[in-house]
Amino acid sequence: MTSSTDYTYKMKHLRRIIERIVESILTVSGAITSIAILLIVVFLFKEGFGLFSSPSVEKGYVLCVNADNTIEHLNPYQIKKIFDSEIENWKELGGADEAIALFRFEEIFNHYSDEELGEEYSLLPEKLGEVIAQNIGIIAFVPEKYAPKDINGVKILPIESITLSDFFGGKEWMPTSTPSPQLGVLPLILGTLLVSIFAIIIALPLGLGVAIYLSELADERTRKILKPAIELLAGIPSVVYGFFGLVVLVPIVQKTFDLAVGETALTGSIILAIMALPTIITVAEDAMRNTPRAMREASLALGATHWQTIYKVVVPYAASGISAAVVLGIGRAIGETMAVLMVTGNAAVMPHSLFEPVRTIPATIAAELGEAPSGGAHYQALFMLGCILFLITLIISITAEVISKRQPNKGL
Amino acid sequence: MKKIILITIALAGVIFSANAQKIKGSDTVLPLSQKEAESYMKANPSQTITVTGGGSGVGIAALIEGTTDIAQASRKIKFDEKQKLQEGGKTAKEVVIAYDALAIVVNPSNKVTDLTREQLEGIFTGKIKRWKEVGGDDLKIVPYSRETSSGTYEFFKESVLKNKNYLNGIMSMPATGSIIQSVSQTKGAIGYVGLAYLNKDVKAIHVSYDKGATYTDPSAANAKNKTYPIVRPLYFYYITASEKAVKPFIDYVLSEKGQKIVSEVGFITIK
Repeated sequence: MTSSTDYTYKMKHLRRIIERIVESILTVSGAITSIAILLIVVFLFKEGFGLFSSPSVEKGYVLCVNADNTIEHLNPYQIKKIFDSEIENWKELGGADEAIALFRFEEIFNHYSDEELGEEYSLLPEKLGEVIAQNIGIIAFVPEKYAPKDINGVKILPIESITLSDFFGGKEWMPTSTPSPQLGVLPLILGTLLVSIFAIIIALPLGLGVAIYLSELADERTRKILKPAIELLAGIPSVVYGFFGLVVLVPIVQKTFDLAVGETALTGSIILAIMALPTIITVAEDAMRNTPRAMREASLALGATHWQTIYKVVVPYAASGISAAVVLGIGRAIGETMAVLMVTGNAAVMPHSLFEPVRTIPATIAAELGEAPSGGAHYQALFMLGCILFLITLIISITAEVISKRQPNKGL
Repeated sequence: MKKIILITIALAGVIFSANAQKIKGSDTVLPLSQKEAESYMKANPSQTITVTGGGSGVGIAALIEGTTDIAQASRKIKFDEKQKLQEGGKTAKEVVIAYDALAIVVNPSNKVTDLTREQLEGIFTGKIKRWKEVGGDDLKIVPYSRETSSGTYEFFKESVLKNKNYLNGIMSMPATGSIIQSVSQTKGAIGYVGLAYLNKDVKAIHVSYDKGATYTDPSAANAKNKTYPIVRPLYFYYITASEKAVKPFIDYVLSEKGQKIVSEVGFITIK
């Protein structure tokens, strides 16, 4: 008798211990997840904001001019134009009327042999100094380590940091341009917004239409076939969508609108719309089907037609579910990478119309992060792009939350 | 469970590769190194060689840190990379294992067959905008490029554009295959691809580097006898001190058998 009570007591005790353990495991996993998310965000912003203390000329290099040159300061855009030979005279930058002579560091090896440059290139700064002092129009791009410091006739341009206006106001994205990377994100942000917004404009009416059809009009058999089929669409990998887009959609868009290229913002929007459809349909349809039967019957009993019931009762009741569908759809569109990378042409230009190639933020990060030297300005700029993307999605979800809370079952 | 299996495999890999050779670097050279390594391991079953990609820069960085034995590169080692090696008290040896030619391709319906380097520079920097200006139809030119991360992008910029920047907003494609696909679909398109990728969906342009005196078509024979100008060497770099360990494999690559694999993969042999 005692042993039996003892046994039950032990069992109870054991069960309680197990419950405690499970409870604490759940707490810990919850805590770990939250901390991990927080750390990711902190990491993202920490790496991203390092950008604004990076030099605007490639790290470890400086620009030198002749000491008689009156130019004291060059911005990244001017540097790029000089090295692309688009600005060919110092006059255009407010200096003396003197042709610009470009000098890249490697050229020193055409002038002098390794022996002349001394043991471990100890004579290199001196020789560089000679070359620069001799040529009044020169601009030289040399490693900081070998820069001809304190040599007469040479002026080293001050190293400046990348500014907020260079980054957010710049219209050119050429991160590997030397000596001065062009890190203007305006075309990328606008490209992302253009493609995503237009994708939602296409997907929303279609998605809601299908959702209404499925939940209200379709008979049970059609629904049983259609719904899993649509859900299957959500499971197709995005590369497959991208491949389909490149091979099928691109030529169609090109022919239909008689364009020079088929890889346009429109093509990206269509692919994204197709990809966002399953999410929008499933979520919206679930929300509509959750409308209580009593409510529909009450509406019908009052003499409303089937159609009136749908748009006066069912849709308003499901409003918060529908807005959730829209947010999930937009979220999918903005963050989508691979499919967009393959069909939009990835040209980093300011978008003027839907029929031009664009480059989106996720596509840029995916295509470039692999080769960006870690810790450099390009690398940090890509993290900054990640921050921007994060903020955009954050704003969208907060807005959606506010909207769906503000109109709780409006009209009922 | 999956994780545990993966970790075990990774650990096993680390243990087994402890006395094996590692090759890392350029994705362009990757298919070649892989084939060479496979055939080398078949001939010498006691040897293991692991080949990974990541880009020329990644490979050379690994060589500097000592995490790879051979760095494969589609460009020459840069000055500051050499500096870093010297700072670590090491020197690297360079071996050219093959050549790769870049072909300029256009849509087959395009009338233009010849272009000079200056014209190509104009097209890819955006100064020449219509095919009419270089003797073709009155059609907009749509230049396609590779992504900035690619060694091919850098090489084309150096060789053809003389270090100028590509035009702002050039179409950049994630892979050579998509350049071929797009050029074959777009009438006004022009792009550049490795010689091995040429097929009948695109037309290769004859190129002149002497202002139009002679135009050469990109063929393996022309690339080999140096008449075709847009050719780059592919390199293996290794630390001089560890020459003994890597020499057998490099010798194998340079041997007749190894060079046969070079032409099979679509590159040009060194001899």
